[in-house]
Amino acid sequence: MTVTAKPNDYTAYPDAQGRFGDYGGRYVPETLMPLVHELDAAYLAAKADPAFQAELDSFLTHYVGRPSPLYFAERLTAHYGGAKIYLKREELNHTGSHKINNCMGQILLARRMGKTRIIAETGAGQHGVATATVCARFGLPCVVYMGAVDVERQKPNVFRMNLLGAQVVPVTSGSATLKDAMNEALRDWVTNVHDTYYLIGTAAGMHPYPEMVRDFQAVIGREARAQVLALEGRLPDAVVACVGGGSNAIGLFHPFLNDESVKLYGVEAAGSGMDTGRHAAAINGGRPGVLHGNLTYLLQDVDGQITEAHSISAGLDYPGIGPEHSWLHDVGRAIYLTATDTESLEAFKLCAELEGILPAIESAHALARLPDVAAEVGKGGIVVLNLSGRGDKDVATVADYLGRSI
Amino acid sequence: MTTARIDACFAALKAEGRAAFVAYVMAGDPDAATSQKILNSLPGAGADIIELGMPFSDPMAEGPPIQRAAQRALAAGMTLKATLGMVRAFRTRDDVTPIIAMGYMNPVLNWGVEAFARDAAEAGVDGVILVDVPPEEADPIADALKSAGLSLIMLATPTSDDARVGTIVRRASGFVYYVSVAGVTGVKEADADAVAPAVERVRRISGLPVAVGFGIRTPERAAAVARVADAVVVGSALVEEVARGLQMNEDVTLSVLSKVESLAKAVRSARFGLTV
Repeated sequence: MTVTAKPNDYTAYPDAQGRFGDYGGRYVPETLMPLVHELDAAYLAAKADPAFQAELDSFLTHYVGRPSPLYFAERLTAHYGGAKIYLKREELNHTGSHKINNCMGQILLARRMGKTRIIAETGAGQHGVATATVCARFGLPCVVYMGAVDVERQKPNVFRMNLLGAQVVPVTSGSATLKDAMNEALRDWVTNVHDTYYLIGTAAGMHPYPEMVRDFQAVIGREARAQVLALEGRLPDAVVACVGGGSNAIGLFHPFLNDESVKLYGVEAAGSGMDTGRHAAAINGGRPGVLHGNLTYLLQDVDGQITEAHSISAGLDYPGIGPEHSWLHDVGRAIYLTATDTESLEAFKLCAELEGILPAIESAHALARLPDVAAEVGKGGIVVLNLSGRGDKDVATVADYLGRSI
Repeated sequence: MTTARIDACFAALKAEGRAAFVAYVMAGDPDAATSQKILNSLPGAGADIIELGMPFSDPMAEGPPIQRAAQRALAAGMTLKATLGMVRAFRTRDDVTPIIAMGYMNPVLNWGVEAFARDAAEAGVDGVILVDVPPEEADPIADALKSAGLSLIMLATPTSDDARVGTIVRRASGFVYYVSVAGVTGVKEADADAVAPAVERVRRISGLPVAVGFGIRTPERAAAVARVADAVVVGSALVEEVARGLQMNEDVTLSVLSKVESLAKAVRSARFGLTV
């Protein structure tokens, strides 16, 4: 990789080719390219259309329940004894996570493009549930691809999707997890290009998805920035979010990119530990490569074969990361830390006990690095953490960890 | 320059008045030794051109047969280095049959684009197809292959209009691969009637021979496509012979080669009004 120069305006990316520095691009089979160009043009037109934005804002307010609160976590703050900790409460959104922000934006775009069938991939099932939800709301048929392994370990979410009218297709190819679900969704899309819209759930994949998903999730950071200014009269010293594909993190980071006093921390899943090789940390444990349409940091072996990710959190269990994160890492604007399964589960318990909030295990990875970030920022400082999802879906996993049956 | 093998092959077949039969096999499927034996025997069984699959863990444009072939090859330890080694071994006995290496970007990027082009040329590869590299991303690999004297084979599809075909073939040489169905390999059947005008269009815009693949499984279909295209590619039906041979405990090499023979015979006789 060439060394990427520090830009004057961090928000000026991607370029017209979908590149964030070296990262991103459109590495897809030719059959999809005309559609990818069509999507790019349709998104740019929608982005510039006040009527589209007004319709989206209305649904975000009345259906999703935005804005989400910025909550001062007084007891976590006291417990760590460092900076003031604020939680951005994305878990209070309809369907229980930040995923719905993106799904609402993309379903309105799909309708605008005249598409009549929606497909999606899902890992933990949060994006699948959010997609099934907006498809039900707008009366569009929905097919969700989900790794057979994940179907087995996330049964309640599979049933939720079915209740919402979606067809869940278990994927048995490859390692039968999220990356294979994405492969299968891409294969469906190649086969049904004429009527199908692929609703990607994270800020990764081929251009324009990383840009589009980021824009739809940036409502998180815009709200948080305004809320912290209103509450504290100043910007935070640091913001923190977990990173799998990275949509909740880029949504929080993006409105702060040019506020260089604000440190940006992403937390990758270290699984059983970085030294065990069983993790899902693409930046901390991977190298740049091409998968699912974009050039980005990936877990891969010496021969360039993609390796399996490992994390207790199905939502972070992905061998890649969105291309904008790869770039923010290379230029040094964001810092990417890691948290193990065990650290995240301890943070899950602490958040439940001190704040009365069950966080998603994904979000608990960000919580796990709070003591370090709060200490580094120090007393008198302010930290905003994105509580991207609620943990009700994870109680069985946590019970297993605690050796309890429910 | 090695591109010469592709050009010579199409020139010779044009003189004969027939289409080329292109056999796709996955390098290392089901294991390195058997795969080498199959590769070495393909020209004798009637393959005019060989597409050698470079196995990848996440082949997003492939249907189940080629996905499984890649998994078998990777499980048996196949690497990109060993794939090029297979070509090198093949070239000690055959310096005529063009070999096209077909795969995905990441293993090539991991090797290094320039180094891959150089090493592939040195091994005796004639052209390269990277399924997930559309023209928008093709310049680095196109430059590297050109310096090494290799063809970049590009894919045109049913979704490509005239302007798009023009964009696609800008850096292409050797031939153009027309993907005859919107879909993945080995699932839908190609419609020979719809293929004819598409082949004509791609040939006119590119000025290159046009090979047709994706969705050709039987000798009948191969013959029908051979009447209108410059080359007929069969892949999934061949790697399925590997799977079937393994399952039935048969000689895998013989299973594949007998399929190649029947398909090649169909392609060879297609334009002489013979039925097969």
